[in-house]
Amino acid sequence: MLKIKDLSVAVEGKEIIHDVNLSIHSGETHVLFGPNGAGKSTLLMSIMGFPKYTITKGSITFKGKDITHMSLDERARMGIGMSFQRPPVVRGVKTRDMIAACLKQSNDSVEIAKLADKADMSDFLERDINYGFSGGEIKRSELMQLLAQKPELTLLDEPESGVDLVNIALIGNLMNDLLEKNCPIQVRKCMGLIITHTGHILDYVNARTGYVMCDGTIGCVGDPHEILNTIRERGYDECIQCYLGRIPPND
Amino acid sequence: MTKKTSSTFQEKAKAAIDKKAALGEDIDLKKYTGKDSEIPYHKDPSELPSDVKERMLGAGVILEDTSQRSGTYLQMDNMPVHYSTTQEGVEVMPVSQALEKYDWMPDYWWKAVAVDQDKYTANIELNNYDGYFIRALKGQKTVFPVQACLYLAKEKMVQNVHNIIIAEEGSELHIITGCTAAVREEFGLHVGVSEFYIKKGAKVTFTMIHSWNPDTAVRPRTGAFVEDNGLFMSNYLLMKPVHSIQMNPTVRCVGENSTVRYNSILVAVPGSSLDIGTRVLLNAKGARTEIISRAITTGGDITARGYIEGNAPEVKGHLECRGLILGEKGSIYSIPELKGNLANIDLSHEAAIGKIAEEEVEYLMARGLTKAEATAAIVRGFLHVDIEGLPPLLSAELKKAVDASEKEVM
Repeated sequence: MLKIKDLSVAVEGKEIIHDVNLSIHSGETHVLFGPNGAGKSTLLMSIMGFPKYTITKGSITFKGKDITHMSLDERARMGIGMSFQRPPVVRGVKTRDMIAACLKQSNDSVEIAKLADKADMSDFLERDINYGFSGGEIKRSELMQLLAQKPELTLLDEPESGVDLVNIALIGNLMNDLLEKNCPIQVRKCMGLIITHTGHILDYVNARTGYVMCDGTIGCVGDPHEILNTIRERGYDECIQCYLGRIPPND
Repeated sequence: MTKKTSSTFQEKAKAAIDKKAALGEDIDLKKYTGKDSEIPYHKDPSELPSDVKERMLGAGVILEDTSQRSGTYLQMDNMPVHYSTTQEGVEVMPVSQALEKYDWMPDYWWKAVAVDQDKYTANIELNNYDGYFIRALKGQKTVFPVQACLYLAKEKMVQNVHNIIIAEEGSELHIITGCTAAVREEFGLHVGVSEFYIKKGAKVTFTMIHSWNPDTAVRPRTGAFVEDNGLFMSNYLLMKPVHSIQMNPTVRCVGENSTVRYNSILVAVPGSSLDIGTRVLLNAKGARTEIISRAITTGGDITARGYIEGNAPEVKGHLECRGLILGEKGSIYSIPELKGNLANIDLSHEAAIGKIAEEEVEYLMARGLTKAEATAAIVRGFLHVDIEGLPPLLSAELKKAVDASEKEVM
């Protein structure tokens, strides 16, 4: 289980996230909606533990352990994985090397070939990671790495952005694999937290809970499809209005 | 060696014996007072002392099992101590012997490198020296490389070397040269002239691994001619401590559609000063070159030069220099130069110097690698250059040499 309590996060001295509370139980996938600049990516980066994101208040608990001040790589080894929206190119480091790293440094070529085949990335294994990859290729590569890493909590930052219609179904399949959507819910352990701006990914991956994030705060919790419908019909303005309406006046 | 060299070269050398090199720290040749000693010829190179063999192995020269070599040449200081060849159509011998044997040797003698280039070339001409002569006969294709080792055995010595490499028409020749020295604290100087002649349609790959001592100074002087459709591919690896190296080989593409590829992997530790460049002159139609260098400093100073000159139509050249500064000290000075002398050419360069990007380290850490593992993986990736066209055996050997040295870099 992931439990975030009263979490505030600052980047370069400026507080971006304020008092966020959120819990994901084993086997559940939650979705985070919100306009650009709402703080969604900051929240994900903070859960993953990137050093640039300073936790100023509150706590993050994962599998019963307080990980608020745990380093990025320790969190990864504990079972948190993340798909990057714009991962860096690392010259000289092959896609194959990245999968091997995700497989806990095992160079199992059969397993690597199997994963590459699944993600339709076989031709990319000997290429420098992310070098000259298209939007769809980056997403497939990220998900392939995560399938090797097998995290218990997967953080997905806009998995559908920049992906064409041909690729989106494959990406949906890979995500379902990753989140064990094909397992009965009673035995499913994997958790997911997905950022989506457009909501398209919900056509392919089922989620249990949705949040709307505005201005660094979670303003609304509910059924993700219902939230998406509202956003599609009335845009984020409605959410912001609704959220503002619920803030008690200052005086 | 018996010199069969003309008095003109001697005269020119005498005139240049005080001529400082255009680049690099000036070295006082007078401080090298070591005297030549007689080192016996070894019919079986595996009978050399084990410490010598170990140093040679560190520079890629294998003496225990030479089944994957088509020939071997070993020189200690100025004495050839072994030479042999196992493949027909490939000649390996001391250059002194080739001068005796072939009356056409003057056609290849001081033709790719000028005898009066500087005091180092002059010193070679005026002193006791030898070197290797490696030649692939017309149409002969070697599968396994010829290996050569130039070994600096005694202290305060100048090792003077003059090598001639000839790939006759349509031949294919792979060479691994390991240059190394006995482990010692005394200073030494290696001066080596190498002249390459790559004839029509011939292919030469030349992989040179330097593994010196912290007090060795090194001044190689290399020149090459590449004829029509010829290919010259040079891979240079320097990852061990050295006092000072300066070299700036010049390759002339004199034949149409000739190709030159130069790859250098350089590591400068504290106390090392490297000034290493490559000059390629594209003098014939359709000639091509690609020069790639990867430089890492952990505290030493590196000057990485590259120069491409386009003198004929439809030539193409690209220069790439990437530098990584690991740690607080050390410097990398990248000097890429292009000169075009006519319109119908295509020359380009890119250079970048910096530290390892945090973002890249964090990306790997998010996959579960520790910071040290992530950094090591990025440095390893930086050093492993994919060398197009290098036979798998040589690729594997080069990778092995990089792997063997990379621990010292981390």
